[in-house]
Amino acid sequence: MTTDTVNQPVANLETAQKLGLTPEEFEKIRQALGRDPNYTELSMYSVMWSEHCSYKNSISQIKRLPREGPKLLAGAGEENAGLVDIGDGYAVAFKIESHNHPSAVEPYQGAATGVGGILRDIFTMGARPVAALNSLRFGDPASERTKYLLKGVVKGIGDYGNSFGVPTVAGEVYFDRSYNENPLVNAMAVGIVRHDRVVRAVAKGAGNLVLIVGSSTGRDGIHGATFASEEISEASESKRPSVQVGDPFTEKLLLEATLETIRAGLVEGMQDMGAAGITCSTCEMSAKGESGIEMDLSRVPLRETGMQPFEILLSESQERMLVVVKPENEEAVRKIFDKWDLRCETVGVVTDGKMVNLKWNGADAGSVPPYSLVLGGGAPVYTREISEPAYFQKLRKADLSGVDEPADYGEVLGRMLGSPNICSRNWITTQYDSMVRTNTINDCYLDAAVVRLKETGKVLSMKTDCNGRYVYLNPHRGAMIAVAECARNLVAVGTKPLAVTNCLNFGNPYKPEIYWQFSESIGGMAEACAVLGTPVTGGNVSFYNENPEGAVYPTPVIGMVGEADSPEATMTADFKDAGDLVILLGETHGRIGGSEYLAMIHGKVAGEVPEIDIHIEKRLQDLTLDLIGKRLVKSAHDCSEGGLIVTICECLFGAHRKGNALGVNFGELPDIRPDRYFFGEDQSRMVISASKRDLATIRGLAGASGVAIRLLGEVTGDGMLTAGGLIQERVSDLMGIYEKSLEKFVSGAVTSDGVGRSGTDR
Amino acid sequence: MKPRRTNGSVKKFGVVVFPGSNCDHDAYHALGKVLRQDVRFLWHKDSSLDGVDAVILPGGFSYGDYLRGGAIARVSPIMKEVVSFADAGGIVIGICNGFQILCEAGLLPGSLIRNAGLTFLCRFVHVRVEHTRSAFTSGCREGEVLKLPIAHGEGNYFADAETLAGLERNNQIIFRYCDAGGSLTGEANPNGSLNGIAGIVNERGNVMGMMPHPERATDPVLRETDGAKILLSTISHLVEKTQLTHSTI
Repeated sequence: MTTDTVNQPVANLETAQKLGLTPEEFEKIRQALGRDPNYTELSMYSVMWSEHCSYKNSISQIKRLPREGPKLLAGAGEENAGLVDIGDGYAVAFKIESHNHPSAVEPYQGAATGVGGILRDIFTMGARPVAALNSLRFGDPASERTKYLLKGVVKGIGDYGNSFGVPTVAGEVYFDRSYNENPLVNAMAVGIVRHDRVVRAVAKGAGNLVLIVGSSTGRDGIHGATFASEEISEASESKRPSVQVGDPFTEKLLLEATLETIRAGLVEGMQDMGAAGITCSTCEMSAKGESGIEMDLSRVPLRETGMQPFEILLSESQERMLVVVKPENEEAVRKIFDKWDLRCETVGVVTDGKMVNLKWNGADAGSVPPYSLVLGGGAPVYTREISEPAYFQKLRKADLSGVDEPADYGEVLGRMLGSPNICSRNWITTQYDSMVRTNTINDCYLDAAVVRLKETGKVLSMKTDCNGRYVYLNPHRGAMIAVAECARNLVAVGTKPLAVTNCLNFGNPYKPEIYWQFSESIGGMAEACAVLGTPVTGGNVSFYNENPEGAVYPTPVIGMVGEADSPEATMTADFKDAGDLVILLGETHGRIGGSEYLAMIHGKVAGEVPEIDIHIEKRLQDLTLDLIGKRLVKSAHDCSEGGLIVTICECLFGAHRKGNALGVNFGELPDIRPDRYFFGEDQSRMVISASKRDLATIRGLAGASGVAIRLLGEVTGDGMLTAGGLIQERVSDLMGIYEKSLEKFVSGAVTSDGVGRSGTDR
Repeated sequence: MKPRRTNGSVKKFGVVVFPGSNCDHDAYHALGKVLRQDVRFLWHKDSSLDGVDAVILPGGFSYGDYLRGGAIARVSPIMKEVVSFADAGGIVIGICNGFQILCEAGLLPGSLIRNAGLTFLCRFVHVRVEHTRSAFTSGCREGEVLKLPIAHGEGNYFADAETLAGLERNNQIIFRYCDAGGSLTGEANPNGSLNGIAGIVNERGNVMGMMPHPERATDPVLRETDGAKILLSTISHLVEKTQLTHSTI
């Protein structure tokens, strides 16, 4: 092996450790190669065996998730994104991915390239992205750092998606001190592809050519995958050069050009270049194709001079793809990329050997067996030590009997509606183009976005969900709730949940307490997904989400996609007519453990997370879909954070936004302390409204399904929210608080004192 | 309102595709699939308009627009043809980025600068139809309030005082931001545009630019359809012109 042609450091154990590898891993590399690696090869192993690329500490747990279903067209992890049949010869491709660490040090570019990366995962399969979503977590909303991160992240997501031309349609954002300095930025994309145009990430067929298309390669993002596999610390600021820079215009060109080559039938295989750049795409594609690749790195278009082979191989420059084509199609492919003014360079050839051989200016730069580098191949797999953290039993047994009952319910309701975790997200969502491509249906869909498909006339629904506070207090149950709530959201808009993608954000897996959170969450998620019939199609794991004060709340974000036959089959959340009945499906016990009420009003993060019986949840969801299908329901809205009364307020705000100034008069209140009744977060509940004449039918169907039903009150025409002499508020006043709150936080009009004490009691 | 085919006539629309256009398919869908017109894409590198009756410059980020919206698009090959077409009286509509390009190309006066709030803004707004004697508003009522979406970061219309006075004097302002009741309040102006300007025409009345997106509010499936009134007005205008020509012959 020649190493003296290139100027590279010595590749010994010390170097390996600097690159994040362990002594055992260094030995494993020597065994795989049958010799000592050179620096280029060592670098390749270091990124491919990083947590980010290899899932070495998570894969044994992830395999516990249900990953089979009649509609799945690709197994979890098999392709760049999950692929699910939606009929008429079409499939939906979707995936969620984290960009937490880059966003922590460079929020704008970190978030922007997160969006760019997930979009490429979708269109590299031949699917045109039809929607984007994001799931965000930030620290204390009153801190200047949070505002800086929030503004940068939102602008980054907006600028990238808006320019690329994908509507950003849904998502969620929570604030809690546990996310100080380590925000979570998870981006999800959804695309549509005809079955016969799906492209696989595989390099096969000796003699086929390997092309690099799109942007040139620079030094940005080198060791980005390694950076993502460490904890955030004060030294992280120096990793700012590890953050890639996004160019949505080039991505848009890349989208059009790649889809055009696929439509023309010119592509044998394709993979985008994300984490670990050329290394990852080359090794994964050849490993999957059981082929080899000969690649000449000197032919890779560079944007900087003096780049070494390892830099070219590790660069995470954005907006690039690796494409495998038959030699006779090379010219046709080049023509299409020329049309879109993009680079297209033939850099290698597929071989029937089993090695990836790299050349550099005529000399050998490295030679690796690709299978030994990849997940599912030779990449290490670890099972980590598990230990239940001390806080778990302590917090769940916390005595909540001493929680004071509010003196003024109207005032407390106002504060709840102004909570940064409940209030309107308008300040964020208006910065995203949510309508481009004219598929987003502009109606009061509060629970999930509804996107019609011009291709088939059907609609897709989509949402992300996860209450990290629940997961912190009870990982198993919290993860179940994340799945259940996400599915419930899709059901509330009248669509049937199809499948799941997940983004598992946790702390350092080498800490047994963190790994306990991880393992428990997987268990809860597996149970919920199995019962709800929503298999996991893939996703992403992000460990090392910690700041100097500790780990973030364990946050296994669920992304879910659902479908309905037509736009007419969907349901909105706004109340429609005075005189209609407001009905609750599901049972209310008044559980406030882990609730926003307890955190916001009483400054406590404690208690038992609301129980959930996933079989009851399934019955509730089936019943809701049945009622919507039979047109017995005039509105439906999932009951979640903030409890029953916040849910009802949101249904009223939806009506007011349409110029329909309705109110609600609660009937007799049950024998539960009112704060627990109004603000408790019992699971498996849905607020619906219906005409009086349909009540008996609804009762009958609920009874037959074994779902509890309770008449809550009546929709009124007076624009007031009235509840048992405890609450008498003008809906327009409440709505004013709800709509303006986030903007006030961002503009600094609210200080820490006004924030409530969310997350202070951890 | 359910959009209908107009007078049984089909006009030929050309939607210009710059590499970064991303509302090109939306205009195509609204005109072709919903309003059943004959629509074709016109590639930015081409120098023929393919005999179309009207040109649409769609929304998007024509060439990335990192410098300024439309700054590069104005020197593209297709724009030479669009300018000649407009000079000959052809109907040209610029939506959002298309409006920016028309200003950059000098087909419309003034320019569009960053929103007063400094952020991108996507939401529904109301605009008031200032007069109905244009090729683009004949199907509306005078003073009618239309609900249309905006989606831009640079939509703040600016022009010097003299230009502005000219626009007012010649009735070139055809849409102004207003509230739901039609009042021109400061709060109803989403981006700080001078005189609440949401859309203008050139002096001759054949070139129109607007920041709101009529093509996004045309398909009844998406619920809001006020934008169809603008597109249908344009179709009607083209049809009448054709009929007039025919009868003259």
